[in-house]
Amino acid sequence: MDLIQKELLEQVADLHEVPAGAYNIRTNGSAAARNTTANIDIVSKEDKDGIDIIIKPGTKKESVHIPVVLSQSGMTEMVYNDFFIGDDCDVTIIAGCGIHNSGDDLSKHDGLHSFYVGKNSKVRYVEKHYGSGDGKGGRVMNPETAIHLDENAYFYMDTVQIRGIDSTNRITTADLKEGAKLEISEKLMTHGEQKATTVFSVDLNGAGSSANVISRSVARGESVQDFRAKISGNAACAGHSECDAIIMDQARVSATPELEANDIDAELIHEAAIGKIAGEQLIKLMTLGLTEAEAEEMIISGFLK
Amino acid sequence: MLELKNISYVVDGNKEILKDINLSFDDKFVAITGPNGSGKSTLAKIIAGIIQPTSGQILLDGEDITNLNITERAKKGISYAFQQPVHFKGLKVKDLISVASGKTMTVKEICDVLSEVGLCARDYVNRELNGSLSGGELKRIEIAMIRARATKLSVFDEPEAGIDLWSFNSLIHVFEELHEKTDGTILIISHQERILEIADKIIVINDGHVEKEGDGSDVIPGLIYKAAACHKVSQN
Repeated sequence: MDLIQKELLEQVADLHEVPAGAYNIRTNGSAAARNTTANIDIVSKEDKDGIDIIIKPGTKKESVHIPVVLSQSGMTEMVYNDFFIGDDCDVTIIAGCGIHNSGDDLSKHDGLHSFYVGKNSKVRYVEKHYGSGDGKGGRVMNPETAIHLDENAYFYMDTVQIRGIDSTNRITTADLKEGAKLEISEKLMTHGEQKATTVFSVDLNGAGSSANVISRSVARGESVQDFRAKISGNAACAGHSECDAIIMDQARVSATPELEANDIDAELIHEAAIGKIAGEQLIKLMTLGLTEAEAEEMIISGFLK
Repeated sequence: MLELKNISYVVDGNKEILKDINLSFDDKFVAITGPNGSGKSTLAKIIAGIIQPTSGQILLDGEDITNLNITERAKKGISYAFQQPVHFKGLKVKDLISVASGKTMTVKEICDVLSEVGLCARDYVNRELNGSLSGGELKRIEIAMIRARATKLSVFDEPEAGIDLWSFNSLIHVFEELHEKTDGTILIISHQERILEIADKIIVINDGHVEKEGDGSDVIPGLIYKAAACHKVSQN
């Protein structure tokens, strides 16, 4: 692995060396390294690009790293990764994709991650996207995540895209059975002329299921963001979505929250707020000795922390 | 020492908020009081650099700081506590106390500062500065930031505003301690008699000008007399 690839790995998966536990590291379209454990198996798909990650029932306190890095300009790929998580598990899955494009051709990574989470299992899923390189070629990433939660399963998704992706179309869908719980935290920052679309669609099908979708974003430069979140309550359930955006410079942000109740006991709430950094926040930090630019950076980094 | 020379502030072309204010602050604990709308908070903001005066001069230790911006004045040693503490999404109490101190602080150092303003430190270090904190808690954190800065001039704009009586009573102790321990000058805008009582000097501002200045025994009786007279007029 060369230095650029190592830097990308560090950015997307906090990896400085080979991780503990199961992992599959994909660089420029092929598997660079793989490790399986007694409880976690990783198998390449035969009919298309991608892997199956199979986690045995009852697996606890284990993690899987599946970072992807693209450093070859002009490389485009579509990857299908399926996660089969047995009942009664407690696992952490760390994905993430880094693109370095210093050439003039388009680099693009599209991925569909499907999660089948068994009864009573807990999954923490962390996903970071990052782009670098000064080539004229675009860095495009279209991650799609499909989450299927069985009874009383819990899924926490932490998704971050802070730098360097020129165009992204992020789609996350979920369906939840009885007692299942979904929490999503999205942090997004766009700059330059970047475009980002985020779509969440959650079906609360089981009694006692709940979803909390929180997106915080910062749009700078001339970037454009479009946020859509739909929660459908099809049983006695609780759903909440929140989109909070800071708009700067000449950026544009659109937020479209949607709720659909198909059951009298569905309790659904949405909140959406878009606004610039409050003047009083800047003044407060300036009275503590920061310059206006430093104050702005501190407010944004706190907001996206 | 802070000196204000001929400070005036005019809005909308002719509305005079402050009229030719001349003050020097060489006492340790100075209280500015006066009716609502008399120009007290405007004066505090002019000192911090948040508002530029229409005319006049501000000197800090003899140096003209009139044209310095907020950041530059903060670096020269002026601290300013907001009347309405600001909320920050994502920023924690420890982040702001650290920034205020101008250095990376250990958790113990942050806890010490929070304890000084009467907060049980462990419960607050990692709290976000948002609406989940009460008015009284936010006020204490605001004061803790000023303590962490430990500058030669600390300006507090109505610390009693927006908090309940119980919180206020314990805040008084915080200011009594500040009075004892601070090396610099404390300038506090307040309507509260108990704050005025601990001040070394009281300045009364009315209708944009300095109506009276002196120590507590000089000024407070006049204020009480005036308040009683107002009360009588309103009863009649």
